[in-house]
Amino acid sequence: MEALFLSIKLALCVSAILLACGIPLAYWLANSQWRGKFLLESVVALPLVLPPTVLGFYLLVAMGPRGPLGRLWQSAFGHGLAFTFGGLVIASVIYSAPFAIQPLLFAFENVDHELLAASAVLGAGRLRTFWRVILPLSVPGVVTALVFSFAHTIGEFGVVLMVGGNLPGITRTVSIDIYDRVQSLEYAQASHLSLALLAISFAVLAIVYGMNRKVGRRLWAIWAAK
Amino acid sequence: MLSVQIRKELQRANSSSFVLDVTFEIPPGITILFGPSGAGKSTLLDCVAGLTKPDAGRISIGGELLFDSASGANLSPQKRRIAYVFQSLALFPHMSVEANVSYGLANLPPDERRARVDAALTAFHVEVLKARKPAAISGGERQRVALARSLVTSPRVLLLDEPLTGLDAQLKSSIIDDLRAWNSAQRIPIVYVTHSREEVDALGERVIAIDHGCVIDSGPPQQILDAPRRKRLAQAAGFENLLQGKVMDLRESDGVMRIRLEASECEIEVPLGYAMPGDLVRIAVRAGDILLATERPRGLSARNVLEGRIDSIEQRGTIVVTRVDCGVNFTVHVTPGAARALELSPQRKVWLVLKTHSCHLVAD
Repeated sequence: MEALFLSIKLALCVSAILLACGIPLAYWLANSQWRGKFLLESVVALPLVLPPTVLGFYLLVAMGPRGPLGRLWQSAFGHGLAFTFGGLVIASVIYSAPFAIQPLLFAFENVDHELLAASAVLGAGRLRTFWRVILPLSVPGVVTALVFSFAHTIGEFGVVLMVGGNLPGITRTVSIDIYDRVQSLEYAQASHLSLALLAISFAVLAIVYGMNRKVGRRLWAIWAAK
Repeated sequence: MLSVQIRKELQRANSSSFVLDVTFEIPPGITILFGPSGAGKSTLLDCVAGLTKPDAGRISIGGELLFDSASGANLSPQKRRIAYVFQSLALFPHMSVEANVSYGLANLPPDERRARVDAALTAFHVEVLKARKPAAISGGERQRVALARSLVTSPRVLLLDEPLTGLDAQLKSSIIDDLRAWNSAQRIPIVYVTHSREEVDALGERVIAIDHGCVIDSGPPQQILDAPRRKRLAQAAGFENLLQGKVMDLRESDGVMRIRLEASECEIEVPLGYAMPGDLVRIAVRAGDILLATERPRGLSARNVLEGRIDSIEQRGTIVVTRVDCGVNFTVHVTPGAARALELSPQRKVWLVLKTHSCHLVAD
């Protein structure tokens, strides 16, 4: 049970961070005229093609006591980054980034340009146009980004194993716990955990896809009107 | 007074470049920017609104400079205080009618904002739709909301890009009446872009005709549209018959010249124009300006009577489109009643009567 809560906690942290960083990044990617933009797009999409072990390896090296990220963390917080929950969050954010950025980017790029022109002509600056027009019309994309980053983090295995190791209560997520149980032939527990993960994943997806239809838009409209 | 003098090179999808090069002044009241699609009208509006930057030129309202390539001045669209109603209307689909209309008034205190929004909604007769979303109201209502949203901000100029396309004539004229009523107090310049002949007739104050990026004519609607001087403008203004011919001789004392049409034997008289005998010219005639007779007409003032046979008859709504072969093909519009009374049918022999002043000389 501890592993299950850890996984959910990790997925919530990662989704929140990805939403907070992904929205400005996707907005910039959607609007920038910078020529080298394709390079950044490629970097963001890298986790889609790299095996988790490769990504995990580099992250582990970077987070290690002699890695740049590890040293930075050490000087800021007084302890290392590898094999901690913090390290796990950072690794998962990077690993799940494309699943948040792509839907946001797609949503922002699909807002009708004439609506943006109309907003500008009516005197609204970029920020107001973003909050009042682009973001409300991108709610399905935002929700998709949230669901995908949550689901992808819940289900990840390779990167967690490489970066987090297998410390109970700290980095042992449910997917790793299931693997452990199977290794030690505890099939009953493995089956309970698997079922719980399956049920949670399905419930989250069903709620979100259902909401995406209409409720999400309405809630947003009420919020945005204030 | 809106003064525009701009030049902009445009790259078209078919990679042909195209230069918009226009100079004009627009006084308070409605001015129609008329021209065939692809003439550069929408780009021109984008330049005035500040959404597109011209390569060179100057745009000013009253004494205030909005754009000047010489000094590098270029006011952002937010600061120009120009209202722009797009062809798509661009209403915010997630906001109510009321929220759409108050969108441009963010800087006002709530009480004043509400008062102005209510006044605009009332002026355009959409106050009962306040709480609805754009998707839940009719096309004409959406057009009214778009006008209210633009005008509630007290703009200095209003740009309209074919905003009434697709509405029936009655609805159009009632919306235009509301627009006129609003503007009788404000007296701002309104630029109304259209390629529809009917809209020009309904609005008709001043017309600026543009084609291929240039102003080709300006003046009152009758002058521009009833005697178009260019072929593409004639097509846009609804001249169904565009015939090529050769000038045979000029009869200056009668104010006419004789033209032989294309490779036929038909000769017609048209008003004198800038042409010499032997020149190839193009004549535009409206299908509705041609009379059709089933016997040779006599005792007429009209000088042009052509004999021919009916090729085809096709009813389109309240007009019957008749194609007549007189050696050259003419399209003639008659009413369904006339078609019945004359018992028109294919292969029937008929005579066409063209008034001299219904035949207009146009340039390519």
